[in-house]
Amino acid sequence: MQTLVGIVDLARFQFAMTTIFHFFFVPMSIGLGVVVATMETLYVIKKDEIYKKMTQFWGKIFLLSFAVGVVTGLIQEFQFGMNWSAYSRYVGDIFGAPLAVEALVAFFAESTFLGLWSFTWDRFKPGIHLIFIWVTAIASLLSSLWILAANSFMQNPVGYAIDNEKGRAVLTNFGELLLNKQLWVEFPHVIVGTLVTAGFIVAGMSAFKLLRLKKNDQQVPFFRKSINIALTIGLVGIVGAFITGDQHAFDLQSMQPMKYAAMEGVDESINSADRKDKAQPWALLSVTNPKTHKSIAKIEIPYVLSILGNHSLTGGNTKGTLELNKEFEKEYGKPSGYVKDYYVPENTLFFAFRIMAMGAGLLALVALVALWFNRKKSNLILTQRWFLWVLGVMTFFPFVVNTSGWIVTELGRYPWVVYGLMTVADAVSPNVSAASLLTSNILYFLTFSTLGGVMIWISRRVLIAGPDAPEEEEATTERDPYDDLTGKEAKA
Amino acid sequence: MSELQFIWFLLIAVLWAGYLFLEGYDFGVGMQFFTVARDQHEREALYETIGPTWDGNEVWLITAGGATFAAFPYWYASLFSGFYLLLFAILMALIYRGVSFEFREYMPTVPGTQIWERLIAIASFIAPFSLGIIFTAMVSGTPIDAKGNLSAGFFDYFTPFTVVGGVAVVLMCYIHGLNYTRIRIDGEMRYRVVKQLKVLYPLLVAGEAVFAVLLFFYTNFIQTKPVATIIILALIVATTVCGWWLTVAKDREVLPFVASGLTLVELVALLFVGLFPRVMVANNPAHDLTITSSSSTPYTLQVMFIVVLTVLPIVLAYQIWSFWVFRKRIVAPKVVE
Repeated sequence: MQTLVGIVDLARFQFAMTTIFHFFFVPMSIGLGVVVATMETLYVIKKDEIYKKMTQFWGKIFLLSFAVGVVTGLIQEFQFGMNWSAYSRYVGDIFGAPLAVEALVAFFAESTFLGLWSFTWDRFKPGIHLIFIWVTAIASLLSSLWILAANSFMQNPVGYAIDNEKGRAVLTNFGELLLNKQLWVEFPHVIVGTLVTAGFIVAGMSAFKLLRLKKNDQQVPFFRKSINIALTIGLVGIVGAFITGDQHAFDLQSMQPMKYAAMEGVDESINSADRKDKAQPWALLSVTNPKTHKSIAKIEIPYVLSILGNHSLTGGNTKGTLELNKEFEKEYGKPSGYVKDYYVPENTLFFAFRIMAMGAGLLALVALVALWFNRKKSNLILTQRWFLWVLGVMTFFPFVVNTSGWIVTELGRYPWVVYGLMTVADAVSPNVSAASLLTSNILYFLTFSTLGGVMIWISRRVLIAGPDAPEEEEATTERDPYDDLTGKEAKA
Repeated sequence: MSELQFIWFLLIAVLWAGYLFLEGYDFGVGMQFFTVARDQHEREALYETIGPTWDGNEVWLITAGGATFAAFPYWYASLFSGFYLLLFAILMALIYRGVSFEFREYMPTVPGTQIWERLIAIASFIAPFSLGIIFTAMVSGTPIDAKGNLSAGFFDYFTPFTVVGGVAVVLMCYIHGLNYTRIRIDGEMRYRVVKQLKVLYPLLVAGEAVFAVLLFFYTNFIQTKPVATIIILALIVATTVCGWWLTVAKDREVLPFVASGLTLVELVALLFVGLFPRVMVANNPAHDLTITSSSSTPYTLQVMFIVVLTVLPIVLAYQIWSFWVFRKRIVAPKVVE
C-alpha cells in the first residue's frame, strides 16, 4: 500500500496548495468588489470626480485579483473529480448540487456584469453603471454562500441519508443543506473576512504610496480618502470577524470537539467542577509532542477558556484530544492504513488559530490608529512615517490571517473528508498515478509562483503610476453600421 | 431510465453545446492574435471584441462541469479522474489564458505584452484540442473497470480518431472565430479573415469526411444508430458547406457565424446521440457507464431541475443583453508606415 500513501499525500498537498492560493484572491476580489462599489456609490451620490477616479484606480486591482481568482477557481471544481473521484462518487448526489447552483446563480452574473462594468464607463449613466458593480459584488458574495454550503457539508454533514445498496450518501433535504448550522457561522465569518482583506489591501497600498509622495502632493487627499473608506469597511469586518468567530469556535465544541480541543491546546480533558477556581484555564502557549499527543510545554491563563468556551467566567468542560481519540476509536473503529488515529495536527491547529485570532486583534489596533491619525483635522498619518510602514506591511497580513483560518478549518477536519462519514484515504482517486499528481503539483506550484509574482509586480506598477496616470490613448474606436451586417455595403 | 434522468442527459448536452458555441469563437479569436492580427492595435481590437464577454462564456464550462457533478456524479468522477492529464492541460490553458487577458494590459513594453498574447494564442489552441480528444476518446471506448475507474495510457487517449477529433474541434473553433471577427471588426481585418476562410472551409469539409470514416471504425455509432448518426453527420457537413457558400458566394457575415456555431452544436449532438443511453463507453461493454447507473437520486435531479428551470432563463436574458450592449464593430486605427 506504499504507493497509495504517496497518492493520498500528493492529492492532499495539491488540495491545500490550490485552495490556499485560490483563497488569496477570493477574499481580495470579493472584498474589493464591495470597496469599489462603495466608492462608486459615493461618486454617484456626491458627484465628486475624486470618487470616480478612486473607483477606477482600485478597480484595476480589483479586476486583476478577480482574474486570478476566477482561473484558480476552475481548478477547484475540476479537482474533486480529478483527484478525489471516490469522494465525488460517494457524495456527488449532495455535493455537486451547490457547485452547480454556484455557477448558475453567481458565476454567470459575476462575470457578465463585471464585463459590463469594466467596458461601459462612458456608455451608461452613472446610476446604471453603479448597478453593474453592485450586481457583481453581490453575486460574488452569493458565490461564497454556495461553495461554503458545500464545505459546511464536509464539516458537518446534514440533510443526507446513506444508500447502502450503492454505497453512497444521498441528499434527503436540500433545505437542511442550506440551513446547516456550520454554514451560518462559516459564511458570515468568511464575508467579514473579505472586508478586512480588501480594507487592508487598499489602506496598505495607500500607505506605501503616501511614503513616496511629498506632503503637499495633489494625490495625497486621494490616498487619505482611500484609507478612510477602506479601513472603515475593514473595521466593520474585524468587529464582525470577532463576533462570528466567537460563535464559530463555540459551536465547534459540539460539532467538532477534536478540532476545538486542538485549537485550544487541550490534551487532558478539563472538567471545571474538579478545579479549585471552577473555571477552565486557557493556553496562551502549548506545544504538543506529535508522537504521544501530550502537551510538553504550556502557559495557561485561568478563567479565559471558560469565558471563550462557556461564555461565562466559570464552568464548562472541554474534552481533551486524548479522551476524544479513544471515543472516536470506540465509535468509528480503530483505523488502519493511511489514517492511524483520530488526532489532528495539534501544534499546527493551535498556532494557526492563534495567528488568526491575534492577527485580527493586531489588524483592529492598526485600523483604529490609522483612522485616528488620518482624521480630517490631523496630519499625523503623514508625519508618523513609521506608522505608514506598519500600515503598508499590513497589506500582506490579511492573507496570513485568512490562510491560518482555513488551515484550522480544513486540517481540523482530519482524518475525515466528510466528518464522520469518509476519511481522506478513502476519498482519493484510485486510478490517478503518483507521477500525474507529482507533475501537476510541480506545474501548479510554478504557475502560482509566476502568477503571484506578476500580480505583485503589476500592482506595484499601478500604484506607482498613480490615479492620474494618463490613460493609454484609446487605440480603437467603435462603429455601429448595423445596416451593413450582411457586408454588402462595406464592400463599396 | 426515468424522464428526469433523460432530461438531465439532455441538459448536459445543451450546456456543452452552449459552451462550444460561445467559447468556441473566443478560442478562435485567441488563436487569431498571431494569425490574423498584424500589430498591437489589431490585437487590441481583437481582444476588445471578446474582452467583456469571454468570462461569461467560460462559465458555461463551469456549469457543465458542476451540472455533471450534481446530476451524474459517477460520470463526473470517471471522466475527470480518467482523463487527468488532458483535463490538467485544459486547466493550465484556461488559467494562463484568463490571466493573460488581464496582464497584457499592464506591460510596459510591446515584447512584454506579446508574452501574454502568445500565451493566449497557444492556450486558445490547447483547450479546444484537448476537449476534442476527451470527447472523442469518451465515445470510442476506454479501459474502464467494474468500479468505473478509467486507467488509460497514452495510446488510449491518442488514436487517429481522437487526434482528428481534436483537430476538428480546433478548426471549427478557429473558423467560428474568424466568422465572429468578421461581424465584430471593421477595417482591414474584416476582409483579411475571408481569405483564410476560403482556404479553411474546404479543409474542414475534408476533415469532417475523414472524421466520419474514422467514426465508423472507432465507435459503434453507425452500427447501433445508423439513421440518426448519418443524418447528423450529413447535417454537420451540410452546415459547413452552407457557411462556406454563404461566405464565398453570397458575402454574408452573420449567417456564416450562426452556421459555424451550429456545426459545433451538431458535433455535440452527434456525440450525445451516439452515447445514449451510455455516458462513457468502456472497452468492455459490461463496464459502460450509463445514464441510469451514473445518475444522482430522483430527489437531487428534481431539486436541481427546478433551480435550472428558474435561473437559466434569467441568465440567458442578461447574457444576451450583454451581447447586445457589445454589438458594435471595433475598429483598429490604421498604422501609417
